[in-house]
Amino acid sequence: MSETLRPRHAALVRVTHWLTTLSFLALLVTGVEILISHPRFYWGETGNIRTSALFTIPIPTSRNTFHNGYGYTLPDQNGWSRYLHFQSAWVAVLTGVLYLGFGFFRGHFRRNLLPASSDLSVRGLSNVIGKHLRFKQSSEEEARSYNVLQRLTYLFVVFVLFPLVIWTGLAMSPAVASAIPGAVTLLGGQQSARTLHFFVSGFLVLFLSVHVLMVCLGGFRNRMRAMITGRGTLGHGAKDLEQA
Amino acid sequence: MSKFSRRKLIATGAAVAAGAAGLGVAAKLAKHYGLVPPDAGGLYGPGETLTYAAQRLMTRHSMAREFTRNQISATPFANEVAPLGEGFQRLQEGGFADWRLNVDGMVAHPMSLSLAEIKSFPSRTQITHLACEEGWSYIAEWKGVPLSHILELVGALPQVRYVVYRSIQPDWWESIDMADAMHPQTLVTHGMNGGELPVGFGGPLRLRVPRQLGYKSVKYITRMTVTDDVKQFGKGLGSSAPEGGYAWYAGI
Repeated sequence: MSETLRPRHAALVRVTHWLTTLSFLALLVTGVEILISHPRFYWGETGNIRTSALFTIPIPTSRNTFHNGYGYTLPDQNGWSRYLHFQSAWVAVLTGVLYLGFGFFRGHFRRNLLPASSDLSVRGLSNVIGKHLRFKQSSEEEARSYNVLQRLTYLFVVFVLFPLVIWTGLAMSPAVASAIPGAVTLLGGQQSARTLHFFVSGFLVLFLSVHVLMVCLGGFRNRMRAMITGRGTLGHGAKDLEQA
Repeated sequence: MSKFSRRKLIATGAAVAAGAAGLGVAAKLAKHYGLVPPDAGGLYGPGETLTYAAQRLMTRHSMAREFTRNQISATPFANEVAPLGEGFQRLQEGGFADWRLNVDGMVAHPMSLSLAEIKSFPSRTQITHLACEEGWSYIAEWKGVPLSHILELVGALPQVRYVVYRSIQPDWWESIDMADAMHPQTLVTHGMNGGELPVGFGGPLRLRVPRQLGYKSVKYITRMTVTDDVKQFGKGLGSSAPEGGYAWYAGI
């Protein structure tokens, strides 16, 4: 079978994609490590073990402050986790700035992510959703660009989830709170910011899971090749269900 | 395999060289303006330097949020500390009458201040948030003497850059830069919620640094050293926090 490799992803999209992947995974692992020192969540400005919790995650903890009903404590990894969390956050934010600049000035958002208004109709959307639910293979023409669901999801991740996770993270900082108090009060307080940070991170993990699943369904090798070398095959009866 | 275009190669090379040169210049500038934290040497130095530099540019004079009386936490909480030694207990039995705060280092007049003297100084009362690095927090009203007042009393020399402060507990010490040391909300704290500062919350004397996490607010302080260089203290990382794996700067 002959393979025609076509350009798929611009170099800057590929580089920023993998930098984001690396920093996100580091943020996720260290975020969980930080979380297990106090897996108890609150709403408002304050909260501690003497106040009632909004909810508690039923896992063992890494600190003596809060045992959560377990008779042991996990090893405490907060020190390096915090260092790496904030360093990775810088990598993610600077990468994001680079990506946004490229997206706006080189037409990446307009061309590849902004859905056509005709696709945004109920009929257009239900058509794509139906195809997804039936795991229907996309036509060669369709596989050449992102479909409307992909476009909306990527726009949501880039322009809603990432800004929110950065905002809620920064709102937990006492120094940032002193400089921009409105960033905290608008979220309902510093403990609310922590709780929201947890949920937004959860949505990002959900996105990552579906994203990886779609890559696998759409042909893992081809998708990976496209995101690494910038070129991938189209059609040819390969397992090109959808672009992930 | 795509061919390397010479133009692309030159452009990429130039961009990388410009980036490296830019980083070098940025590092020099950061050092010159005192924007490099003492624990910037390790693997996480770049991230810490970016955070500290960005926040110092943004927050040098910003004020920690102050709250109203009815926002004071009904149930404040403090982590337990290692058992307080015999020395502390003796002082406690005497009602802390003999508690002293020694201020030395690069100052014109080193002083040994008693608790009564500190309480006689002009004080400031503020209702601020205290967040622990674990994730919990509370709001309390704190009463104390602005550290800037004490630094003026002892005559801190113009070239000083840090104030190192120590607990009566062994190996518990921190330092802050002059932006935080001279900040009006940084208090040598002796009162909480209208009463004396309870021992559990750091009484009789705690340095409250409300623009940083709780671990910078060292309990039971007995000594302060004003200096132009923290390298000579401990392992040279600025405080006991980085020696235990935690960031020196905790404004996050």
